Amino acid sequence: MRITCPCCGSRDRREFTYYGSDDYLRRPDADAAAQAWDDYLHNRDNPAGETRDLWYHDPCGTWVKVTRDTVTHAIHACEPVAGEAG
Amino acid sequence: MTQSHRIPGKGRIDRARPVRFTFDGRDYDGYHGDTLASALLANGVRLMGRSFKYHRPRGVMTAGSEEPNALVEVLEDGQHTPNVRATMQELFPGLHARSQNRWPSLSFDALAVNDRLSAFLSAGFYYKTFMWPPAWWEKIYEPLIRRAAGLGSLSGRHDEGRYEKAWAHCDLLVIGSGPAGLMAALTAARAGADVILAEEDREMGGRLLSDAPEIDGRKGDAWALAIVAELASMPNVRLMPRTTVTGAYDDGTYGALERVGLHVPTLADLPRECFWRIVAKRAILAAGALERPIAHPDNDRPGVMMASALRSYVRRWGVDPGRVVIFGNNDSALDAARTLTAEGVRILAYIDPRPVPPVEEFRVYQGDVVGTTGHLGLQTVRFRHRGGVSEIAAETLALAGGWNPTLHLACHMNTRPDWNEGIAAFVPRPDMVPGLAVAGAAANRFSTAACLADGAGAAAAALADLGLKAPDLPVPKAEDGVYAIAPLWSVEAPGRAWLDFANDVTTKDVELAAREGFASVEHMKRYTTQGMAPDQGKSSNVTALAVLAETTGQGIPTTGTTTFRPPFVPISIAALGAGGRGHGFAPERRTTSELASRRMGAPMIEAGLWFRPSYFPREGEATWRDSCDREVTLVRQAVGVCDVSTLGKIDVQGADAERFLDLVYSNTMSTLKPGRVRYGLMLREDGHVMDDGTCARLSERHFLITTTTAAAGPVMRHLDFVQQAFCGDWDVRLISVTEQWAQFALAGPRARDLLNTLLRDPVNAQGFPFMACSETRILGVLGRLFRISFSGELGYEVAVPARYGAALFDRLVAEAENLGGGAYGMEALNVLRIEKGFITHAEIHGRVTAFDIGMERMVAAGKDCIGKAASQRPGMIGPEREQLVGLMPLEGHASLTAGAHLYEEKAPATAANGQGYVTSVGYSPTLNSWLGLGFLKNGRARHGETVRLEDGLRKRKVQARVCDPVFFDRDGGRMRG
Repeated sequence: MRITCPCCGSRDRREFTYYGSDDYLRRPDADAAAQAWDDYLHNRDNPAGETRDLWYHDPCGTWVKVTRDTVTHAIHACEPVAGEAG
Repeated sequence: MTQSHRIPGKGRIDRARPVRFTFDGRDYDGYHGDTLASALLANGVRLMGRSFKYHRPRGVMTAGSEEPNALVEVLEDGQHTPNVRATMQELFPGLHARSQNRWPSLSFDALAVNDRLSAFLSAGFYYKTFMWPPAWWEKIYEPLIRRAAGLGSLSGRHDEGRYEKAWAHCDLLVIGSGPAGLMAALTAARAGADVILAEEDREMGGRLLSDAPEIDGRKGDAWALAIVAELASMPNVRLMPRTTVTGAYDDGTYGALERVGLHVPTLADLPRECFWRIVAKRAILAAGALERPIAHPDNDRPGVMMASALRSYVRRWGVDPGRVVIFGNNDSALDAARTLTAEGVRILAYIDPRPVPPVEEFRVYQGDVVGTTGHLGLQTVRFRHRGGVSEIAAETLALAGGWNPTLHLACHMNTRPDWNEGIAAFVPRPDMVPGLAVAGAAANRFSTAACLADGAGAAAAALADLGLKAPDLPVPKAEDGVYAIAPLWSVEAPGRAWLDFANDVTTKDVELAAREGFASVEHMKRYTTQGMAPDQGKSSNVTALAVLAETTGQGIPTTGTTTFRPPFVPISIAALGAGGRGHGFAPERRTTSELASRRMGAPMIEAGLWFRPSYFPREGEATWRDSCDREVTLVRQAVGVCDVSTLGKIDVQGADAERFLDLVYSNTMSTLKPGRVRYGLMLREDGHVMDDGTCARLSERHFLITTTTAAAGPVMRHLDFVQQAFCGDWDVRLISVTEQWAQFALAGPRARDLLNTLLRDPVNAQGFPFMACSETRILGVLGRLFRISFSGELGYEVAVPARYGAALFDRLVAEAENLGGGAYGMEALNVLRIEKGFITHAEIHGRVTAFDIGMERMVAAGKDCIGKAASQRPGMIGPEREQLVGLMPLEGHASLTAGAHLYEEKAPATAANGQGYVTSVGYSPTLNSWLGLGFLKNGRARHGETVRLEDGLRKRKVQARVCDPVFFDRDGGRMRG
């Protein structure tokens, strides 16, 4: 498996650390309802098909949002996490 | 020994370089360029092994990596490598090989009695025969079967051989160097692409070396040699002979095994094997096709081999096969017979079930082979033909049952090939592996002309994908014959006919499996073990499933194939794990004080990837405890020095740095004044404690935070995530500076005296109070000074650029010794912090909350932080939770053990009665007692109670009193002084 680091280019997956779903990018407000925090922390889909998850490129410290297909293993997009939230 | 079966002047061997080797202890001669198999054949040795189950005498069947029979052990220096295919082992001077799975000798094998018992040893026999009594299975049946059935043996010693792993990157990976592969490589290379050409054989050329069809008026092997020479001269081409591509993986990654040093004596300074990971933008699979045998009675005698292998042994290695009978069902068999005759081989009979017009060179029979004789080697072939049944004496029977495209790699991503009636074989479908095209015989193109054109075409398509222009390269002229075949899987005749030679599976076994309900191909495989030997059924899978399809009447497309999985050939675990043994197992991080610590005799222990001194033994100290007790005491009474460089250090800068730190720490950092340090707690988003450390504000916009040694990496990753995910437009930057600074703790009542011997500007108690920090000149070097303490004593930490660390440590230890102190190690550091109730990751192990460790007030109100919401949810706080407590044995010298569980004094030790557990223990020379830290249900309300510590592993029970986790100097007067 190869992931394109926005900073360093195409790299083998051994250079990355997996975190989890890109749900982690949508952090609820501090005073959000318990259910919102529950969903954010624990409730995950396990799709057969397109999925978006977060990978850390250890050598350069860049977090990458990877859009990929769990059935075909195709990687559709690798975007920097930093560009998208703020 | 003379090479009795070598044809004078023939073969691609170097007759100027004779090579002496041994097989089963006997000396033989061969030539440079021989394989073990070709050299043995040239010496008239046809018997090379015994079969797996029936111990039948076996000889070489093939000339490649698909060899099922000729598996040997290669011996060297007391080591032996089992299951080496004699067809792949190149000859070198001093090669020692021996046959396997036989006793006492290859020609007389006691277990050959199994062959006579074959009626009882059919498919699945061990599921049926060895059922009762059940207790016998483990003790008697299984060991017996394991000894009787098997392949090579291991030396039982460590493999001291060198192995390598390596990466390669290219535009185009070409797998196989036959006509298709060579044309593909040449086309891409001339276009300027970075090309890797991988070939399993020692020599490039594929079947051209054995069959030598004419190409552009030249013999095929000569043509191949010229192309290889051109490729070798090009800087954008890497030729990788002796390299088998073993697997196709995601995104253009391929595994490949290179036999680097297996063809030379071990003295050579070469790794044995190298496992490559090749990343290719495009790849072309031009691996050719594998010829399959025909299942006829007694088709497994030494001397029976594939027609293609026979062609290789004659043309490449000049082996004289004696009198030959060919049994084939397709045009390539006839072509083999003709070519071999032209090479001077005596073909006594060509047998084919199809009507074949007679030819001049040899007798043609329409019929099939129904049996053979010859105990240790083929003597006669019996065959049916229109005139009846005949028997001829022959030394070699060549089988040509048709060709199976070598499409394994194309199926590695869980796609299945198509059945092609025309060639009675599976053929690849398009786009089975993204970026991989199949060309040549592997893609059902069997004439030389079609292979050449297909290779060029596949390369042109790859070049177009890569944005490169294909060169103007004419496709050479070559034969363009038709390959016609009449499928013949097994011959209807009495006797056992082998399908899988390696695992001793006959047509009867497959039929039996179907009768007993194992009619799916995956079930049949597991029931009969067909295809499960080291060769993975390369020459038997298609035939076996065809026999299964005939038995069930389902047809081959419905029956389907089993799954093709990597690796294509066996890979030694040593090659896959190359570099990962001993020091290669994990990176080793060394502090600047390590040499000095070792000089002082300190044993180094692992702390994460770091190595830290355990203790510093002095003369007269018998155990580590003696040293540890002394070091604790010298810190409490004088001054100790300890390297703390391994703690993670992260530099945080920017206008929004304080805002960022407020988000990642549970407590408030924005109120910290420049020149001050604050203890900080980090939570995970799920509300549990992640790490603790200090946060120093060096200036308004510049912070330096520390992490624990083991958590430095995960904390950095976490901070990067928070910053990139939630603070994208904030002015804050982070970087790890752990290795840039060497940092030492000075602890003890005389720490300030020690420090001031080194500082340009000495400090005093008021001017540089507890939790102060600043830059400082230490021995002329600009460094940093922190007044923090992990021992509970007056403490400082000094940091200097790492290159000064070794010198500073030496000086600190010398000055400390002048003051009655010295260096202290991890054991003493641990006791000192337990005395003070300071936590480490033994306590914050991932399941505790700030509440559990008594720090719930550090989750600041009035601001958000990572983990805050979750930390305040029901269940994360409350008396039912296990809380940090101190534990002191009722009898001071009773030792405590970490990992012990806590119970009420009289309660039985059951899970339901569990009250908590012990996390850290140590003997305190200060308090003259063992001390423990642990977690106890509602522990803070239970100080003064007695609990029982029970350690089931070490069989210990100790009564202890619950107390505050701070055992010593509870008001902190010593460290603030």
